Amino acid sequence: MTTRGFTGRRQPPEIIDRIPPGQTLTDDFPVLSAGPTPRVRTEDWSFTLKDGPKPLIKWNWAEFNALPQTKFTRDIHCVTAWSKLDTPWQGVLIDDIFAEAGIEPPTEFALAHSFDGYATNVPVKDLVGGKAMIATFYNGQPLTADHGGPARLLVPHLYFWKSAKWINGLQFTSRDEPGFWELRGYHIYGDPWREQRYTGD
Amino acid sequence: MSDQIAATKAEWQRATITEIVRQTPRVVSFFLQPSQPFAYRPGQHVDVRLSAPDGYQAQRSYSIASTPEQGEIIELAIERLEDGEVSAFFHEVATIGDEIELRGPIGGHFIWTVEDGAPILLIGGGSGVAPLISMVRHRAAQQSLAPILLLYSARTSDELIFHDELQMFNQSGNGFDLVLTLTREPSSQESDYTRRIDPAMIVDVLARMPSQPKEVFVCGSNAFVNAAADALIGADVPAAIIRTERYGV
Repeated sequence: MTTRGFTGRRQPPEIIDRIPPGQTLTDDFPVLSAGPTPRVRTEDWSFTLKDGPKPLIKWNWAEFNALPQTKFTRDIHCVTAWSKLDTPWQGVLIDDIFAEAGIEPPTEFALAHSFDGYATNVPVKDLVGGKAMIATFYNGQPLTADHGGPARLLVPHLYFWKSAKWINGLQFTSRDEPGFWELRGYHIYGDPWREQRYTGD
Repeated sequence: MSDQIAATKAEWQRATITEIVRQTPRVVSFFLQPSQPFAYRPGQHVDVRLSAPDGYQAQRSYSIASTPEQGEIIELAIERLEDGEVSAFFHEVATIGDEIELRGPIGGHFIWTVEDGAPILLIGGGSGVAPLISMVRHRAAQQSLAPILLLYSARTSDELIFHDELQMFNQSGNGFDLVLTLTREPSSQESDYTRRIDPAMIVDVLARMPSQPKEVFVCGSNAFVNAAADALIGADVPAAIIRTERYGV
């Protein structure tokens, strides 16, 4: 249906192909979170890779920062309908994390876990092949707490709730287990191009 | 708590504007009759979608300010944002009888019902009071005596949304406690405080409650939510019982 009297704002034509359906471009970097912002000190930070309940490898902050660094610039899309283009990140590719751990992913699914108890599920195929990283820098600066610092998952081709802030581990799971928002009405996969915002979309 | 609801698909549907009430210089309430009425819980929101003749669409999320006991019609308190695309339509174009599209209810975390227990501390900044008044109205509609304290921050007394209604609930003396702070009225008679929320204010407010809150709900801008949540944690409120809803910016 057409809304009487609504004309709205057009996105610039040169970037229209980069904005998924229902999204609006923003120049800000909005902050959303289900709870207080955890203030995680780098000396308390660690990242653990697990297969189910079994820890495979754990890095502290210094060890993690010694892993190969990658920069990438991507468009990001939040389920609350904003998109931000050309966001510059730096961190460690999930491919490099698996390589450094000397593992092949044992299952097809993973849960990202955070210091505040948050979790979100991402299929392993969406984490590998250069598609995802653990980001520790944004725009050349250490990632701030508001945006998930010291380190967050970055899976930019999925809605941004999948890019878990304040990450402290990845856990392989035998099946696709819903995380925090996925148990609370949000889509199990979250592809912005298919507008998979909520359960059943 | 009310978490982990069985999720069913919320489809886009038409809704008709049945009433428009100006609340403050910047906030207007729109009452919407959904073509397919739905059950919701206090604190949930809807997505609203507007479509231009050429197919261009814009969508935004708005918290539901009404409570389910009020019936099928939902109330959205929409703030006119500077440079707002959707809020400009509501404030400048929309009239009674107009149809828009919405889907809901959305959100399975920022929810409170009387069954969830009390005491509850609600902290709202500006139009962030919208999901909180839904909880307060729900409590009143349920004739609950559950202790609830609402700490509500606005810039000026003119900008207090639902002010008369909140004062009325406050005067009923049945367990609802209203604490107002105004950040741009240096010497207001109408408020308890005239400053931004800070740790000392949070300590005061916690001391006014009959016991430690079971849950805390904080809604407002990101800066507001961070200030309140950090002060709560500084006052030894466990992070796990603090639920936040941020406008994003």
